Amino acid sequence: MSNNWEMVIGLEVHAQLNTSSKLFSSSPNQFGSEPNENVNFIDSGMPGMLPVINFACIEMAIKTGIALNFNINKYSVFERKNYFYPDLPQGYQISQFEFPILTEGFINIDNEGNQKKIRIERAHLEQDAGKSIHDIDPKFSFIDLNRVGTPLLEIVSYPDLSSAEEVVSYMSSLRQVLMYIDVCDGNMQEGSLRADVNLSVRKKGGELGTRCEIKNLNSFKFIRQAIEYEFKRQIDVIESGGKIEQNTMLFDTSTGETRAMRSKEFSHDYRYFPDPDLLPVNLTQDQIDKVKTSVGELPQAKLDKFIKDYNVDKDIAKIITTEKQNAILFEKMISETDVKPKFIAAWLVGDIFAFIKENNLELSSLNEKTKDITDLLKLVSEDVISNKAGKEILPKVLNGQGKPSDIVKELGLEQVSDSSELEKIIDETLIGEEENILKFQGGSDRVLGYFVGKCLKATKGKGNPKLINKILLERLKK
Amino acid sequence: MKNSISHIKNSLRDKKISVEELYDEFLKKAKSSKTNSFNLLLDKENNILSIKESQKRYENGNPLPLDGIPLGIKDLFCTKGIRTTASSKILSNFIPNYESFVTQKLLDHGSIFIGKNNCDEFAMGSSNETSFFGPVKNPWKNKNIPTDDLVPGGSSGGSAAAVAEGTCVASMGTDTGGSIRQPASLCGIVGLKPTFGSCSRWGIVAFASSLDQAGPLTNSVEDAALILNSINKHDFNDTTSSNHLREDYATGINDKLDQKIKIGIPSDYLKDVSGDILSQIENTKKALVKHNIEFVDVEFKTTEYALSTYYILAPAEASSNLARYDGIRYGVREDGKSLDDIYLNSRTKGFGDEVTRRILIGAYVLSAGYYDAYYRQAQKVRRLIKDDFQRIFNDVDFILTPTTPNEAFKIGDKLDPISMYKNDIYTVPTSLAGLPGISIPSGLSSNGLPLGIQFIGNYFEEKKLLQIAALAEKELNFNEQ
Repeated sequence: MSNNWEMVIGLEVHAQLNTSSKLFSSSPNQFGSEPNENVNFIDSGMPGMLPVINFACIEMAIKTGIALNFNINKYSVFERKNYFYPDLPQGYQISQFEFPILTEGFINIDNEGNQKKIRIERAHLEQDAGKSIHDIDPKFSFIDLNRVGTPLLEIVSYPDLSSAEEVVSYMSSLRQVLMYIDVCDGNMQEGSLRADVNLSVRKKGGELGTRCEIKNLNSFKFIRQAIEYEFKRQIDVIESGGKIEQNTMLFDTSTGETRAMRSKEFSHDYRYFPDPDLLPVNLTQDQIDKVKTSVGELPQAKLDKFIKDYNVDKDIAKIITTEKQNAILFEKMISETDVKPKFIAAWLVGDIFAFIKENNLELSSLNEKTKDITDLLKLVSEDVISNKAGKEILPKVLNGQGKPSDIVKELGLEQVSDSSELEKIIDETLIGEEENILKFQGGSDRVLGYFVGKCLKATKGKGNPKLINKILLERLKK
Repeated sequence: MKNSISHIKNSLRDKKISVEELYDEFLKKAKSSKTNSFNLLLDKENNILSIKESQKRYENGNPLPLDGIPLGIKDLFCTKGIRTTASSKILSNFIPNYESFVTQKLLDHGSIFIGKNNCDEFAMGSSNETSFFGPVKNPWKNKNIPTDDLVPGGSSGGSAAAVAEGTCVASMGTDTGGSIRQPASLCGIVGLKPTFGSCSRWGIVAFASSLDQAGPLTNSVEDAALILNSINKHDFNDTTSSNHLREDYATGINDKLDQKIKIGIPSDYLKDVSGDILSQIENTKKALVKHNIEFVDVEFKTTEYALSTYYILAPAEASSNLARYDGIRYGVREDGKSLDDIYLNSRTKGFGDEVTRRILIGAYVLSAGYYDAYYRQAQKVRRLIKDDFQRIFNDVDFILTPTTPNEAFKIGDKLDPISMYKNDIYTVPTSLAGLPGISIPSGLSSNGLPLGIQFIGNYFEEKKLLQIAALAEKELNFNEQ
């Protein structure tokens, strides 16, 4: 049935800015503190308290604006969004409404190998609310105000997305950029990045349908599940003769289903108006230009550079550029050695990443060991040791058990690359193999492998395979 | 003048009286007062340390600018460890753990708080009748009906009445649409509303953030200048606090004006006023004209829109500012079966009628569908009012107006909100424009009640404004009338 239908999706992404203090107060902006530890008189909405804008948040918004191709508005206004809830101490959320700081941006996403441009309508700064906890006690609800006033950048896309895959690709591209420019830690599990999904369905190419908004999705898995469920739900409603009502939906992570939270009928009138406690934000070109210098290289530019300048395979380059710290580590290694980047890249995404994963380490723990790593890779690339020996030594190097050259010596893993020594061994190996030599000369290539293996065994694995190959061929062709 | 700050400081310096004796004297008088102008009085024990330190500074010959001066503080300023109620039931149990910027400056300059002044609930009112702690009585009586209890004006009614009856040397008020100037006028004292942005709003219970401004109520213009010196400071914690250059407002306040001064009198303000009111302006003209001061008629184009503009914008801001009083974190909570019930009961029982009325008006004018017609339109008119003032200030140095359209009236007399709102007709336009205004007592009505005149200056020209007010004060000689 769903073959005739398509989905139209727009995303509202809330990115928590990783400033040291909150948007309008000096309380620390950090996750995981004791309940109500990071709360001051402003956060708790005490009488007479006034907000003061944390300019670091404005700078991060500008940075995001540059990275996502936005118009950066020199004039923006903080307004009050009025509603009552116990985890909203002021009785209003300070947000931007009529005059947001960023408008009309875009990001290119990779959609099964094709680039697709996703337009972004706006992005604005706002404060987060606290947390209400209803499931600890049967009689009481608890309020944790630590999150109150945390700076958020809400990034609102146009409805340019048309599949769960595209949404995930959009979201991960956003996440990647925000992490590259160091405005958001991208930690979805802790809620640093979460999305509201606006989804409607229509017959392919038909009129737009009524949309429902699924609130607060904080993992790629949930986003995918929620979209797939909601897509089917809406089609089912319409195909069974019903109508979609414009609802706000919650996604139940245990059942994988969406259900209505409130309908538009009961929607709030937020009575937005400019916050009289705050002056409008007036930016100068100078202030914007100053931020420009701190944006740094964006993921797409890095990817292009790795592919074109460093000759790294596209798939590997993509893996390395997924996270900024990978790319930085890679570039550091390149700068420290003359080993080919392509060779380093293969090792990085292979054995090095595997080591990190197996040992549950942070990639940053390698920052001090890059020279040892590249020294090791140099030994491999110059055939001083075999590939196999390199893999064997790598964990020792990464564990800081010594310099690669010392370890190689200690374990006696240096390859035998002395031709005369190898010639002697090969000649001994070929004794009594007349039959096989004839086979080879008769055209059976497979025999070569047999000889190489036998020779390697005779060198106890230390013989340089390339050299063995070369000498063997000379001998056999005689 | 006997109760002026400089006179009292001299007596303290000359050891005619000690800081402790001074405090005792005022406290005793305040305790026996029947005006209800304090929601809370601070016994000597509460202030004994400050009193002793102040005395020591006098003995060492280095007193601070307001050392030992007993002040009344409107119960809208948060005072650390001292109950702060905004004269509302909903905050009737609230003890802040912080000191407002302005009161901290007053403490830093050696003054001693005698208590918290009664006021209209959340500063919403013009008669001090909306207070949860009951109305304040004006110390003045109508000589023709001396049995009547009269209002002191509002919202800083307690602050004005306390200074007028001498239960504190001076007091702090706040002015949103006239809340310092109007009660000062009805109680026969001086009231100054500085330029918006002069004195930090940090720690003052907010009514309408774009209008609220702290200022002194005093016995003399010089006292107002002395207090302004202490409280007029830039504050990084209030984004709307201006960082203009501050002056010494008291020094040279009585110096002769060195240039020709032109004062505009808005003719449209004086249509339909009583003879009593008109004669305040006429007397002032007569008293000042010999000082090389020229009076010219000016005319506003926006006066008739000012009150409606104010009563859209101020309630709009108030409806949001007062949302935090929900009974959840502090203040009085009324139980309920659900969260909505708790909100409903706490706020219904916690707020009085006038506050409820303004919250409802404010919520209405901000609602979807009405925002453009009311709130946005009012913002535009506010801009026109500002422009109107600037047009007039292109030609004149000051504007002279009556402070109020009438004398103090009987408690309970003005039941209709609109007629109450009209009391602020001369003070509201200044507030909307953010300009400084000072009310000084100018004479008595035929009923023997004080009346005041208002001088309005241009932005941050408090120094000049206080000079002209001091001159008028001297020439009108109200205290000897």
